[in-house]
Amino acid sequence: MNRVVITGLGVVSPVGCSLPQYWKALVAGASGFGPPSFDAAGKVKTKIVAEVRDFVASNHFDARQISTLDRISQLALVASREAFGQSGLSMDEALSERTAVIIGTGVGGQMTTEDGLRRFYTEAAMRVHPMTIPRAMASGPPSQISMALGMTGPTFAVSSACASATHAIGQSFHMIRSGAATCALSGGTEACITPGILRGWEALRILTTDTCRPFSRDRTGMVLGEGAAIVVLEALDHALARGADILAEIAGFGMGADAGDLTSPDARGMARAMRMALADAALAPEAIDYINAHGTGTTMNDKLETAAVHVVFGSHAGELAVSSTKSMIGHALGASGALELIAAIMAIRDGVVPPTMNYLGPDPACDLDCVPNEARRRPVRAALSNSFAFGGLNAVLAVREFTG
Amino acid sequence: MVDVVNQVAEVIAARMRTVDRTVRPSDSLDSLGLESLDVLEIAFDLEQRFNIEIPFNANTAFEFDTVGALARAVERLIAEKSSR
Repeated sequence: MNRVVITGLGVVSPVGCSLPQYWKALVAGASGFGPPSFDAAGKVKTKIVAEVRDFVASNHFDARQISTLDRISQLALVASREAFGQSGLSMDEALSERTAVIIGTGVGGQMTTEDGLRRFYTEAAMRVHPMTIPRAMASGPPSQISMALGMTGPTFAVSSACASATHAIGQSFHMIRSGAATCALSGGTEACITPGILRGWEALRILTTDTCRPFSRDRTGMVLGEGAAIVVLEALDHALARGADILAEIAGFGMGADAGDLTSPDARGMARAMRMALADAALAPEAIDYINAHGTGTTMNDKLETAAVHVVFGSHAGELAVSSTKSMIGHALGASGALELIAAIMAIRDGVVPPTMNYLGPDPACDLDCVPNEARRRPVRAALSNSFAFGGLNAVLAVREFTG
Repeated sequence: MVDVVNQVAEVIAARMRTVDRTVRPSDSLDSLGLESLDVLEIAFDLEQRFNIEIPFNANTAFEFDTVGALARAVERLIAEKSSR
């Protein structure tokens, strides 16, 4: 069994289009929220989303490339370049065959589908662009990354709605640990802020009308987000042999399904995934200092996630910092798990826990320390990153400081 | 407006999972064994049938606690729409 470490991080987010910008913004409590950039003829009511406004595709790709890249692939490629660059890896033929590219996405290339087919259905367009299918496919991002960076190992997409990125990274972790791969680029990408998707979320009636305030009293729901985050995972021996800068160690992974309700979360399933991650990591609950919560800001999630943390951590629950960075970057569905794992890794690296913003005061059902409204300096030896998806699909990664 | 009450009851009954699908105006939605997804679907069905927008957010308490209260809210929304 190989130990698995992280040697590169890359981010494109509503609060910054690079790792340094992202982390600085999270520590500062920045907000990535604003009104949608599109006009949907008044059909969409939502006034608050978390779009990646600073991203200009033509700064990163030429026109010929852009015609093959849905926004999910554009965001994922830029994050991958940053992560791969930081890792210092270079691909020779042998390593490229043993490097996996496993990327999560919840909805896939929805912008391409919506835009292309809207014209076909409603505007009497007789033709659909020839790149519609390869742009929109959920496996577009891993395909594009493998081509751009020259990886010829196991390459595929993982989809489990809001847990997609966490499942993808967990899969990469398992493959490297078992020896099936040496390195992996893994994470998630989502570009889901389209009129149709936003209207669909409105119909679920869980989007906020004011702002996302996880674990707070008077919280009113979630803010839909977008973005991409990619990590480079590597077998410890390989990283040591090449003298890589090791950022953290992936210690364990837990996953399961509630086999219950399609949309309502279940505290037992959440607790089971957290317990599995701890057991897989051989970490006692007392070894965890920080949880980057799923923390969507909905009434149900935050209450049940709090209950699940109490069940798993017992008396140590009061010692934990449990924050939700969704209060700043929104809920980027299939990318959220990777954005949040990176926040947990940076908390370990810098000894600073990012805050839960927009907090108004305690809700008795959410009595954990959610680091309200201001980042906090505190040593973090090990952390969990929680993702709990529609379908009752739960995934939790445990990450710890690399101490040799 | 008796018709609205009957139509609301009909929409609710169609989403019930119990053998007895009798729906009275005084029945609370909880007592009919409806789950959160059922309530979402009922709201959608009513919006479609009457071409209205029912303003509720699942993160706050569902304010229409009985079938009769829901029917009155639907009546009000229909009236607001036709007065615009």
